[in-house]
Amino acid sequence: MTLFAAIRRWLDERFDWDDLLAPLRHKTVPTHRLSYWYFLGGITLFLFVIQVLTGILLLLYYRPGANEAFESVQYIMTRVRFGWLIRSIHSWSANLMIFTAFAHMFSVLFLKAYRKPRELTWVSGVLLLFLVMGFGFSGYLLPWNTLAFFATTVGTAITGQVPIVGRPLMIFLRGGPQVTGATLTRFFGFHVAVLPGIATVLILLHLLLVQRPGMSIPPKLEVQWTANPSARREMKFFPNFMLRELMAWYAALGVLGVLAALFPWNLGVKADPFASAPAGIKPEWYFLFMFQTLKLIPSKVWFIDGEVLGVLGFGLVGLLWLLLPFFESDQPAHMKRWITGLAVFALAYVAGMTVYGYLAK
Amino acid sequence: MAILRNRLRSFRAARSVGLAGFLVLAACLSYGQTTNSCLDCHSALPDPLGVTQEKFSQDIHAQKGLTCASCHGGDPTSDDPDKAMSRKAGWKGKIDRKQVPELCGSCHSDPAYIRQFDPSLRTDQLGQYRTSVHGKRFAAGDTKVAVCTDCHSVHDLRAPSDPRSTVNPVNVANTCARCHADADYMKGYSIPTDQFAKYSASVHHQALAVRGDLSAPTCSTCHGNHGAVPPGVDKVQNVCSNCHAFQAQMYEKSTHKKAFDEASLPGCVVCHSNHAIRHPSDAYLGTGPEGVCMRCHKPGDHCDQARAQLLSSLSQLDEAIKSANQILLVAEASGMEVSNARLAQDQARDSLTKARVAIHSFQKNLVDEYIQAGLKIAAKDLQAGKDAMVERNYRRLGLGISLLAIGLVLSGLRLYRKKIES
Repeated sequence: MTLFAAIRRWLDERFDWDDLLAPLRHKTVPTHRLSYWYFLGGITLFLFVIQVLTGILLLLYYRPGANEAFESVQYIMTRVRFGWLIRSIHSWSANLMIFTAFAHMFSVLFLKAYRKPRELTWVSGVLLLFLVMGFGFSGYLLPWNTLAFFATTVGTAITGQVPIVGRPLMIFLRGGPQVTGATLTRFFGFHVAVLPGIATVLILLHLLLVQRPGMSIPPKLEVQWTANPSARREMKFFPNFMLRELMAWYAALGVLGVLAALFPWNLGVKADPFASAPAGIKPEWYFLFMFQTLKLIPSKVWFIDGEVLGVLGFGLVGLLWLLLPFFESDQPAHMKRWITGLAVFALAYVAGMTVYGYLAK
Repeated sequence: MAILRNRLRSFRAARSVGLAGFLVLAACLSYGQTTNSCLDCHSALPDPLGVTQEKFSQDIHAQKGLTCASCHGGDPTSDDPDKAMSRKAGWKGKIDRKQVPELCGSCHSDPAYIRQFDPSLRTDQLGQYRTSVHGKRFAAGDTKVAVCTDCHSVHDLRAPSDPRSTVNPVNVANTCARCHADADYMKGYSIPTDQFAKYSASVHHQALAVRGDLSAPTCSTCHGNHGAVPPGVDKVQNVCSNCHAFQAQMYEKSTHKKAFDEASLPGCVVCHSNHAIRHPSDAYLGTGPEGVCMRCHKPGDHCDQARAQLLSSLSQLDEAIKSANQILLVAEASGMEVSNARLAQDQARDSLTKARVAIHSFQKNLVDEYIQAGLKIAAKDLQAGKDAMVERNYRRLGLGISLLAIGLVLSGLRLYRKKIES
């Protein structure tokens, strides 16, 4: 008997381990020409795990505080053995994770995987997307460099535009009327304690919600497979799909390694609150479509302040986006095409505005 | 009833205050219409008699409450031209050019009068003017030389701090050039008229007019404005030390100081020229067209050898800094963190600047002191750059090995998957 089998037997005798793993053994994944989109959620999860691991390693040396943060990251980049690699992987992985989270959301949207009975899976997923953007926003400030400082100043000022609750919210985020060391300390708290706590709960919920009804099948294929059950193609989740997912994770690890080694994440220049903002300052790419939209809105639309209108507009769109599955029919024949049209428009808008914002001066 | 009576009383009081206010306003308006009747006519007249309200309102004197009558006399409150411009009312008409310095000085040399407008404004301009070449020639009857209004303008005279003022540092050279660059006007004075052209090509003009550095010198910085040269300066060429203090201190102790004085050579100007001062370069120590040493020294003599050694030292440090910078830039472009070494490069450049300043002492030991300090820093930076490049290559090697391992695992997973699915 091998050691592995002995441990398994030991656990099985005590916890009925085999019974616990039975759902995984019985779980299947539909096989069709669009199956590869199923990998995106797993890759996002893998990148999140990378974030947690590299984040813990960074915590060993990072010191939050206006007088220490930049120097500690500089120390990590120059003195700590493989510190540059850990920090670069953390930064690149964060960006890739947000990208794969967006890609995962749009794939779910186009394949109509959000429809009944998976509405809550969609809701938890969109909340997770908002959360990873929050991770990005809070983590961006932590090296306390010039770009991060002014991006946070602009970002939190936009929050302040929300009527009634905006200013108190801005003060809460900044820890005062201005971005200072107090902002850095609380962003650090959000980034390493509050957001990971919420994210862990939401990820577990999201995974549970994915497991219960099984993998979604595109509506047209579902109709065909219902009419002709013999055409149904499936593979076992474990080990067949898991092996493929594992290969995708390895590929993602390779991409991360290439990015971190060839393009180590820049440290920038230490933030100087008394210096003027660099010309043409822009937020991170995942906020660029919103930033560019706010820039294009006139300062006054009728009697409403343009920026307030923009912020409220994005708030409303975000809420409707969260509730999108509830506007869909559960009958494949009555699928609402406007939702697909909306998805195409949203993708084109986000991509177009991001490119425009990147090119705009 | 009592409440009603009280309210009526307040209403009557308010009405009385309103009526009084109206009367005061009307009086002010009617007064304002007749305070400066001069402009009523002169704003409609062509040049040189024309002075518009808009132009005069820009004048510092108008802004301080002075009127045309303050200089020209007369009665600006009268709408009748005969009364307004009557000799009885003190009207002086056009101010004779010969009277201008005295007229301006009548206020500007009176500390008690000037203090009420600007306590920090000097009141010695007229006295200084009388000591200047302009003032002396003017006193001798030459009315072509500059008087106050030629430089400061008239009727739209602005404070020197105003960028539109003709005597703002940025505009001074143009103001002086109006006469001094006009060969016809300057005929008979036997002084060159190419100073402005030369100055326009100089490093000082570049700093002042192009970079907007108001500390850079213009004509009046060296030549004085109303007449007096800067304190402690006996010759115009010695004003360089006012800004270039270190160079001057070293020059004062050098062998050149004595030699130049004995030969009556004008110090700094011998090598750097005066109006056409270019940005100095190490080539000044060379033997090429820009070289200045060999204008006096003979090839192969002791000084020529010292010159060659100084040039060699400067070039050595310059090259060392450039080499370190080059490798650090490549390392930085490769994503390596070399900001500390890049910062240290500034110290190496400082040493080079100090060595260049020390050239004015013409002492090799002093120059070498800075050169050695700079070389030490540059060597450290070069090593930091080389280390960064070694680290970069190490990372790339590590990446290659990691990718190979990932590739092997992927192939293994693929084979295993095929095996269990076959």
